[in-house]
Amino acid sequence: MKADPRGVLTGIHFMDGDHACCEGALAAGARFAAGYPITPSTEVVERFASRVPTVGGAFIQMEDELAASITLQGGVWGGAKAFTVTSGPGFSLMMEHIGYAAMTETPCVFVDVQRGGPSTGLPTLPAQADMQQARWGSHGDYEIIALCPNSPQECFDLTIKAFNLAEEYRVPVMFMMDECVGHMTEKVVIPSANEIEVVPRKHTHKSVDTYLPYGTNGDLVPEMAHAGEGYGFHVTGLTHDERGYPNMTPEVQDKLVRRLQNKIRNAADRLVMFEEENTEDADVVVVSYGITSRVAQRAIDLARARGLRVGRLRLMMVWPFPDKKIAELAARAKAFVVPELNLGQMVREVERAAGGKAKTFLVPHAGGGVHNPQDILKVIVEASR
Amino acid sequence: MAKGRVSIVVERCKACGFCVEFCPTKVLALSSAFNSKGYHPPHVVQPEKCSGCDLCGMYCPDFAIYGIKTAAGGEK
Amino acid sequence: MSDMLEVVNPVEPFLRSDRMPHIWCPGCGIGTTVNCFARALIESKVDLKHLAVVSGIGCTGRVAGYVKLDSFHTTHGRPIPFATGLKLANPKLNVVVYSGDGDLSAIGGNHLIHAARRNIDLKVFCVNNLIYAMTGGQTAPTTPGHATTTTNPYGTFEPAFNLPHLLDAAGAVYVARWTTFHVRQLARAMSEAFKKKGFSFIEVISPCPTLYQRRNKMGDGLDAMKYYKEASKVKNGAPTGEVGLTINGEIAVGKFVDRDRPDYQTLMRAQYVESLGDRYINYEEFTEEPECSICS
Repeated sequence: MKADPRGVLTGIHFMDGDHACCEGALAAGARFAAGYPITPSTEVVERFASRVPTVGGAFIQMEDELAASITLQGGVWGGAKAFTVTSGPGFSLMMEHIGYAAMTETPCVFVDVQRGGPSTGLPTLPAQADMQQARWGSHGDYEIIALCPNSPQECFDLTIKAFNLAEEYRVPVMFMMDECVGHMTEKVVIPSANEIEVVPRKHTHKSVDTYLPYGTNGDLVPEMAHAGEGYGFHVTGLTHDERGYPNMTPEVQDKLVRRLQNKIRNAADRLVMFEEENTEDADVVVVSYGITSRVAQRAIDLARARGLRVGRLRLMMVWPFPDKKIAELAARAKAFVVPELNLGQMVREVERAAGGKAKTFLVPHAGGGVHNPQDILKVIVEASR
Repeated sequence: MAKGRVSIVVERCKACGFCVEFCPTKVLALSSAFNSKGYHPPHVVQPEKCSGCDLCGMYCPDFAIYGIKTAAGGEK
Repeated sequence: MSDMLEVVNPVEPFLRSDRMPHIWCPGCGIGTTVNCFARALIESKVDLKHLAVVSGIGCTGRVAGYVKLDSFHTTHGRPIPFATGLKLANPKLNVVVYSGDGDLSAIGGNHLIHAARRNIDLKVFCVNNLIYAMTGGQTAPTTPGHATTTTNPYGTFEPAFNLPHLLDAAGAVYVARWTTFHVRQLARAMSEAFKKKGFSFIEVISPCPTLYQRRNKMGDGLDAMKYYKEASKVKNGAPTGEVGLTINGEIAVGKFVDRDRPDYQTLMRAQYVESLGDRYINYEEFTEEPECSICS
């Protein structure tokens, strides 16, 4: 269905990634956010606090991230599309509730504007070191979806996509920005509301007697109900059966946890988002995401100017990881070069998916700035030998 | 004449003794019978004293007993 | 003639009977509080469709799973922020937080005081069994001094929280304490909380026979109830600083605080109207029908 025009700030704007992300959330239909201030993410909710009272919704700044990450879920079960925003230290605090959202299949978006870590690290400087945490940060077996914008425009567009995926799969979606993309100001074009597709909540139409909160009709995503509609349903983080009742046996555990995984894994072929260029005859493929992809572009251009055959794969969806695409490229190319603002996170996935058919070269950076394109070029040259 | 009567769900009882102790007119006592979990559920020993106040029902943590008022002068 | 009309236990319609019997121990008082809850719902004619129960983790936290209402069993310490989200997204909901002393005042302590400060319209029923029962009997912030627990095997020595005092100071508009012996007063207090707008907090002292009673050689659940009967003194309106508990001393019960303060949502709306005038969109709730355009 089309976006609600009340939330769409149609026009040509000059705004930074954080602000664009907020506009994306509003355009997607988010009407509730619970947040806690943390650099460099705070502007997202500051803008939401300023915008939402005139759009029709609510914002509350909670006392900590532990609260914010569950308050937004109460908002979802009360009927709203909801999200929160944070950075590394807050993301760590939110991990338990990301797991709760995955287990209870609460559709919602967690925005992480990554900064230098670990611990307090570099509050005002970029890094991309929460990428594995986004996937594995909470305990237990579960799957999430994670998107990675590389411009303020994408902070708008991909936030809408994040909300849509959350509703379609009833899963928490991690929106992995970084301080650079969050604080860079660029042109952001916001179209009219009827050019924006939003996915509505998968709300049940079943009667109270026949509705099963966690039953599925063949597809793996149950239909949802909200509090206050008369369904009298129960939601728990304990291992539960189709009625939503705690049922703590190995059989029910196996059935539930596998469905939560397969919900995402079985859709892996549809759940891919990347940009691919010049990979058909490439010797080296540069795999990057977020701000680093823009720096990598410079290195790729310099390498091609020298006559090297370099392809580009920019990940926009980082989880689920595009195993098939990497395997396909590994069969043709000699090597992957993976620049990232960390000491080796997504490179591990590239290496794994390549299955030994191509070499993998990491271009690390401990964070606090962006790569020097020359450093990436050096590795591309080495990988081409 | 009994103004009320109690209804006991024997299988839910865990013999905590609250109903026996706090019945204002001492209508109940723990029986020597067992339910399937091995607990002695209460039974009515002074039915004529039951007022149907339902204090037993309010106390019972296992939802295993409740009292109702009956029509004055007889069983409903 | 024994063909009688099927008269049902007043609490039965509120229970998920397909999940009985419950997991609480013989002599545990949590089930007793649920009876009072059911009676309060009946008496105050609360619209059950718009009632939600939110609980945390622990023995009392299991209440959410046993009541036949929209119910949410959340994470340890966090029913209050979850309930806040529910209430803000759908102000029509009557939201009850039903949880234990450890869940609400230890790990959840921060959320407890902030929600009281903000005066979020929640009815918080805190069953206080003076221990962490579900996990085997560890010390809670409410465990009185000189008690034996598994994490204080030589006896507790920390001062315990006086919960009514804490909630009074934080700004709750209704603060009461009863015990599971005081079934009629507790049901009445819960009814009063339903009629109150703002943050209401009712502490219910309840036996934990398996751990607190047994480890401290205080008998079983019935012995605890007899102690509550004998040691409780009704002190409505008492200064909350004076109602602290000790291991076997007097238990001050009653309604300690009943005042009026605008609740969070009233304040929120007033502020927005003052600042934004007509530009403020006073949403009522995010969804009336499943096809509502705001939520979808």
